[in-house]
Amino acid sequence: MTTTTTPATKAPGKRRVISEWWNNLSRVQQWGVLVPLVVLIYFLPVLNPPIITTQPGYDFPIAMFEVARYALVAIGLNVVVGQAGLLDLGYVGFFAIGAYVMALFTSPDSSLSHLPFLVVLPMAMVVTMIFGVILGTPTLRLRGDYLAIVTLGFGEIVRLLADNVDPLRGNSGFKEVGHPPGANADGSPLFNNSNGIPWYWLCVTLIIAILFLVGNLERSRVGRAWVAIRDDEDAAEIMGVPTFKFKIWAFISGAAIGGLSGALYAGQLGFVNNQKFDVVTSMLFLAAVILGGSGNKVGVILGACVVAYIPLRFQAIAEYKYLIFGVALIVLMIFRPQGLLGARQRLLAYGRQAYQRLLGRGEQISSDGALQTEPTPGSKL
Amino acid sequence: MTDPQNGGPEVAAEGGLVAELQHMTAEERAEHAAEVADVVAPDRDIDVEVGQTLLEVDDVTMRFGGLVALDQISFGIRRGEILGLIGPNGAGKTTCFNAMTGVYRPTSGEVRLEGKALGKTSRHGITQLGIARTFQNIRLFGEMTALENVVVGTDARHKTSLLGALVRSPRHHREEKAAVEKAMALLEFVGIADRAADRAKNLPYGYQRRLEIARALATEPKLLCLDEPAAGFNPAEKEDLMGLIRTIRDDGYTVLLIEHDMKLVMGVTDRIVVLEFGKKIAEGLPADIRENPAVIAAYLGVPDDDVA
Repeated sequence: MTTTTTPATKAPGKRRVISEWWNNLSRVQQWGVLVPLVVLIYFLPVLNPPIITTQPGYDFPIAMFEVARYALVAIGLNVVVGQAGLLDLGYVGFFAIGAYVMALFTSPDSSLSHLPFLVVLPMAMVVTMIFGVILGTPTLRLRGDYLAIVTLGFGEIVRLLADNVDPLRGNSGFKEVGHPPGANADGSPLFNNSNGIPWYWLCVTLIIAILFLVGNLERSRVGRAWVAIRDDEDAAEIMGVPTFKFKIWAFISGAAIGGLSGALYAGQLGFVNNQKFDVVTSMLFLAAVILGGSGNKVGVILGACVVAYIPLRFQAIAEYKYLIFGVALIVLMIFRPQGLLGARQRLLAYGRQAYQRLLGRGEQISSDGALQTEPTPGSKL
Repeated sequence: MTDPQNGGPEVAAEGGLVAELQHMTAEERAEHAAEVADVVAPDRDIDVEVGQTLLEVDDVTMRFGGLVALDQISFGIRRGEILGLIGPNGAGKTTCFNAMTGVYRPTSGEVRLEGKALGKTSRHGITQLGIARTFQNIRLFGEMTALENVVVGTDARHKTSLLGALVRSPRHHREEKAAVEKAMALLEFVGIADRAADRAKNLPYGYQRRLEIARALATEPKLLCLDEPAAGFNPAEKEDLMGLIRTIRDDGYTVLLIEHDMKLVMGVTDRIVVLEFGKKIAEGLPADIRENPAVIAAYLGVPDDDVA
């Protein structure tokens, strides 16, 4: 659900009012708000609104595609880090694998057989899922810091493979990576790498689809198991959650979304080489999740927008973006460790009806974590 | 704040079920409580008749390096009873618990549920087989609401896979509906339905303790193990809790209770096993245990001249 982001970042009090207001709307009313908002989001690059635009420094539709791509990555990483609480510092590895699968099967520079873009897109997801299992099976027995270090290593391994394995063509890379079908009136392809709008639309559509699917997972046994693992892994195990299996599932889900995003990136850019898949990119992905509020789908989209958009909009400071995001993260960790929007997920498919029937009202929404300003009554532990 | 739900005709009036209950007559309330107890009652097949041994701890020894925490402990828990496991601090009660629930693997000996050895069954596997527990120091899922916590318990019996959840399969819908129904009944059963929508970490202490019991019951256990459920309670709260534990037993569950408070243990249990320094020193009816010289010595100490 992509609402409540824009106005919700102001004051904590205001945000609570907004989320409470949102929570108490009926489904129909929520759709009434969502649909126009989504339409607006779709038409943003066409409208090219004055203050928001990144021009003349950077082509606005392409900038919007960048933002959307980051949002997709953040949603995927949020499944792993935010929902299941598995700190993954090598997420860029999955992103890279997705990009390389796309390049290998569509670029004329590759010796492999060439397939259409729309066939390779799901293939990229499947391949990254397989890599998710390969990475997850040995490492998910580890916890916390140890897992983080191993995933960091995984990201580096993928990058080094791209550097050193000859068929992956290192720095020279793959040119003319495939794109979806469709042509303009003059016969030029609809999806080319100078026009960002079709790519943006494709990406936003995929984001919406992924949000639905991730939402389905969240409001199911799977999502509940993930949050249980995040909150207390031992207790989850003892309450009958097969933690290892669910952690693998989290990894696979996250990997698939990362791979999808990587494949889109490769398609839009039309070129893939070993650059752009370094640890710093991984950190930037993670920064988007942490900044927006890990465990909150709307939050991480917001975080991704900030991380991707600011350097494009303010080109003058783009050079210092790591410095700025670093300082911003430190400040955030001091004053708002739960991120701009705190973690909140609905974990029951029939939760609304249940709370309504029991209590005549919705659930407690204010999610602002253990460190919120108001004291939490009663918890003596 | 209450807008009409598109969720079906059974949606209660303003204030919901909890508010409604307060306006019921005693009779209606009893009727409702009976309905709740009915939903909560166990509906699993148990291979053991009532009164027969459900879980058997057979010659279990638990060694940590040189320390023998449990030394050849044997006792049985009969279906339908409340068995108290008591002993002074450090007697090995919680270790015994952990050995039974798969947190530790016994160094030697075995634990059998319905005659089948638990052996190398994983911890979640043991829960799925039918042993549920609460924790001495509360371990709820703090970020979830009370209702969600209980639904995690019900998930132990669910089968929806990643794919099923992704496409919202019919099984997913069926399980979700049943889980929420059961969880709501459980919250009412343990008496905390009025805070169902609150996050677990924001609940008062007594509610958290009860929520743990509800979550454990949600896994449909054949044996419910309570690890010091009354720790930190005042006498009135303890009294309430004793009532709840009895109700759980009367509803058809078998309960193993670790407790420090002798009054509570004597008042609620059917039989008692006493541990001291990892050894079983007595087993029997509460009245006999009260008179047992070894137990008295363990709890009160022995005058110096009686030793040796």
